[in-house]
Amino acid sequence: MSTIKVRLVFPGETASRPITSYLIQDYNLIFNILQARIEPGRPGELVMELEGEEVDLQNGLRFLEREGIGVAVLSRSIQWDSESCVSCGACTAVCASGALHLDADAKLSFDQEKCVVCQMCIKSCPMGVLHLSYGE
Amino acid sequence: MNRTFDEINEKIRTGRVAVFTAEEVVAMVKESSVAEAAKKVDVVTCATFGAMCSSGAFLNFGHSDPPIRMGKITLNQVQASGGLAAVDTYIGATEPSADRGILYGGAHVIEDLVARRPVHLHAESAGTDCYPLKSVDTTLTIEDCNQAYMYNPRNVYQNYSAATNSTDHIIHTYMGTLLPGYGNVTYSTSGELSPLLKDPKLRTIGIGTKIFMGGAQGMVAWQGTQFVRKHTHYDDGEDYAGATLALIGDMKAMNARYVRGATMQGYGCTLYLGVGIPVPVLDEDLMYDLSRPNAELYTTVTDYSTGRRARPGIQRVNYQELRSGSIELMGRRVRTAPLSSLAMAREIAALLKGSIAQGQFTLQEPIALFPEDTPFHPMTIREVRA
Repeated sequence: MSTIKVRLVFPGETASRPITSYLIQDYNLIFNILQARIEPGRPGELVMELEGEEVDLQNGLRFLEREGIGVAVLSRSIQWDSESCVSCGACTAVCASGALHLDADAKLSFDQEKCVVCQMCIKSCPMGVLHLSYGE
Repeated sequence: MNRTFDEINEKIRTGRVAVFTAEEVVAMVKESSVAEAAKKVDVVTCATFGAMCSSGAFLNFGHSDPPIRMGKITLNQVQASGGLAAVDTYIGATEPSADRGILYGGAHVIEDLVARRPVHLHAESAGTDCYPLKSVDTTLTIEDCNQAYMYNPRNVYQNYSAATNSTDHIIHTYMGTLLPGYGNVTYSTSGELSPLLKDPKLRTIGIGTKIFMGGAQGMVAWQGTQFVRKHTHYDDGEDYAGATLALIGDMKAMNARYVRGATMQGYGCTLYLGVGIPVPVLDEDLMYDLSRPNAELYTTVTDYSTGRRARPGIQRVNYQELRSGSIELMGRRVRTAPLSSLAMAREIAALLKGSIAQGQFTLQEPIALFPEDTPFHPMTIREVRA
């Protein structure tokens, strides 16, 4: 099972059809609506998390596109507030990818390229300076 | 080459003092010798910046009109002691808040006060003839307090076990997140910069020693709670552990850069505090201790998953190995990670060095040294009789 986060834009003409219900019925996906904007006469917008098998997720997204819905998969990344960081190194205890490491000056550095967004670091940080963020 | 505190202070006042950080002295002795370094150096600065749970602050709020004898007291929804006189309180670093739990606690209130951020005070009372007011709500900053001083019963541990986890599941401890199957090792020390590892016999650190505390000048107030002198002789050296310090310092003079509220997942909140201690080079013996490198300072990797008071030690390891990022444990390479900030400890050691070199910080000879033998009692759980 995997989870992805998507932003869906519904053109006016699709807004009245229960399209997301088909994601459950035909594609075995479960979803959690995180943000919704629905106003009469205007395109609707939904931000939601979709969870399911990889193949179902791919088919589900293709179905949405066929229905004329704008689909953007939001990518997850770890944001590091380096200003508030004290370089204690607690996060490096759980960072298997080696993205978070202490450099020669004992200062924390974060290599975004290496990060696999496992999110273990977020709660391991005593100062709360590592966050999950979503972008397109 | 012997020196006294008075001679060193005279050199500080006249701008002739030779002061180096403990790391610089380690390098210096590698290049020359203990005797050479003892001749050259008057003062060595040591520092640490790590989680110091047994910390807290005494505050006096001043009297309202009509006055209140505060009973139940909260600051930003964190409970503080109502067990002192009318408008005095003590707030402990590990107390969680009613609304945010361990994500915000006493340590964060202390950081907010030091940072001069406003804090919400709520207090209740039964009301008395002389203190009629029964409840008060107000916003205050540290400037509104008559006194705000940190008094930490146990800080600056001499040495501390490194932690690992033998079970098949993740555990969350005050030593951080420990992965299953000896998946990682955490440790908490600045090693060769750490004050009580550099004056391990506590020849110059005692009651009255003047220190850098959270950005201000503080003092060693007493032996820390659970203070004990543990000295173990090994073939490759002497290990000292067990000493702790009780510290006192004026929060109004502190800097929030060195006073940080923190949360250990699944455990609680704690205070990260920066402490620097200058050690005078009284003689060659002290320089020998000051020059011990990470490779000669040892701790024991300990299994934190037992949930018992006596945690089994697994192996002895030195701080150079721990600092390298991985050690050999149970037959495989395991990641090691610190919990205290070496970068901040270095910053503090350098700051203290600068203050001493510029004549702004003189040394205080201890009023009394710590006892050689203190009891270290475990708690015996006895039957409770009505």
